[in-house]
Amino acid sequence: METTASNQAAETSFDAEAVRAEFPALTPGPGERGCAFLDNAATTQKPRAVLDALERAYVESYGAIGRGVYRWSAEATQHYEQARARVARFLGGAADEVVFVRGTTEAINLVAASWGGSRLRPGDEILVSGLEHHSNLVPWQLAAEATGARLAVAPIDERGEIELGEIERRLAAGKVRLVAVAHVSNALGTVVPVAEIATLAHAAGARLLVDGAQSVPHLPVDVAALGCDFFAFSGHKVYGPSGIGALWARRELLEAMPPWQGGGGMIREVGFERTTFADPPQRFEAGTPAGPEARALATALDWLERLGREAVAAHEAALLELARQRLAEVPGVRLVGSARRRASVVSFVLDGAHAHDVGTVLDAAGVAVRVGHHCAQPVMARFGVPATVRASFAAYSTAAEVEALARAVLRARALLVR
Amino acid sequence: MSDLDDLYQEILLDHYRRPRNFGALPGADREVDGHNPLCGDRLHIAVRLEGDRLAEIRFEGSGCAISTASASMMTEAVRGLPVAAALSLADRFRALVMGDSPPAAAEELGELAALGGVRAFPMRVKCATLAWHALRSALTGDGARVSTE
Repeated sequence: METTASNQAAETSFDAEAVRAEFPALTPGPGERGCAFLDNAATTQKPRAVLDALERAYVESYGAIGRGVYRWSAEATQHYEQARARVARFLGGAADEVVFVRGTTEAINLVAASWGGSRLRPGDEILVSGLEHHSNLVPWQLAAEATGARLAVAPIDERGEIELGEIERRLAAGKVRLVAVAHVSNALGTVVPVAEIATLAHAAGARLLVDGAQSVPHLPVDVAALGCDFFAFSGHKVYGPSGIGALWARRELLEAMPPWQGGGGMIREVGFERTTFADPPQRFEAGTPAGPEARALATALDWLERLGREAVAAHEAALLELARQRLAEVPGVRLVGSARRRASVVSFVLDGAHAHDVGTVLDAAGVAVRVGHHCAQPVMARFGVPATVRASFAAYSTAAEVEALARAVLRARALLVR
Repeated sequence: MSDLDDLYQEILLDHYRRPRNFGALPGADREVDGHNPLCGDRLHIAVRLEGDRLAEIRFEGSGCAISTASASMMTEAVRGLPVAAALSLADRFRALVMGDSPPAAAEELGELAALGGVRAFPMRVKCATLAWHALRSALTGDGARVSTE
């Protein structure tokens, strides 16, 4: 603990080692080497409570959701709807405004296909930012192609922040129907001022979709305070199981939206001539729902709230600043992105070495990071790099892992750069 | 020698830092772009044929140490070879990095054997094979663009 930043990380009352002990994957067995798992922006490890919830759901009362009169089905349905209410409470919305989906990607595709497909007209614009993950870009390109609408882009500046003036300027023409932005950038960690963007969008008659994949695990989120119209996130990035996520949308929007997938569970009455559809949210949940996964997601949200979202955010912020400081001390390291508000993510390049080679050396040192374009090729292009190394932190991350990362980058430099 | 030292051998790093036959090839007969969408590596391979012989080959692009060194070593290994011999070498190289070749085969590959270390890193095998995919496409003429995915 030789530096101020280390001390700051240590001085928060947050006990990351105790948190870590709840994660079987992070507890090496006898003779096994531990892993510094710093790829949390991609996905997170699961605490025992979530694994237990998943097992309980499959063992104690597993049955088809909303389709049976037997006890297991009734109990499974009850847990599923409780999970929906839990997600709603976590986001600050109402239960009937929450649609379960596979993840953020599916949520955005749902909005693009249903809302976009029924509302967008030739000449309309969908405004995204230069920060977006491909999952908040490609669905809009598809919707634009299908409807004759146009995709507009608000660029980012040299810090990696969206230029609000550019958003305002593009909204001024009155053609933008929807603004779609990330709450937190997965590639750079930039925290986007979505509440301000909501005000701008609404003043111009546009709706706002927020990609919350990277904010839900790291920041307190309240959709009412943000003022957005759609909010999407993934369970697996917030200590929950894979294959489950949620879309929150204002009730009046969901009510006016047509189905996007047809099948069981989303209908009122089906005939060969005509089918009528269920009310939201079931209208958007065709097929047998992922009941145990929804239940385990609710457990993950309980688990995170017990830790305290503010406390987790403060812990991760301290680690992030320690990491930025340690990495900047390594000769040849260039941090990519320097937004004034940032969360969980540090992206960097090592001069003279490709990110993939750095990643391989880091892996050999037991440090797991993401290398590549992070499904955000426009961000890479903006900074003129083909790829970066990205470390991203979670509640169970520790200062020791940050030190291991910095040591491993020094080793990569010694091996790869002459 | 650790797997890592075996992968990043000095000869590989030397080809990465000073790639041979790097640059445009005016008057090329065949040109192919190779792309690894997973990591963003891009290589452009250009060849000039004289009859059935691969008279000249050059490459351009940007990539990691493994894909760049592999392309550089490939250009040295195949230049001047008959097309059939270059394609045969491509097969043997593929077997080497996939871990399918007998130990003795590595010796016949000369300098290319240095890339055998990639066997221990399954996520990186495509980096080593990108240039060779592009070469095969250039020589067999089945497309102006290849992708590892």
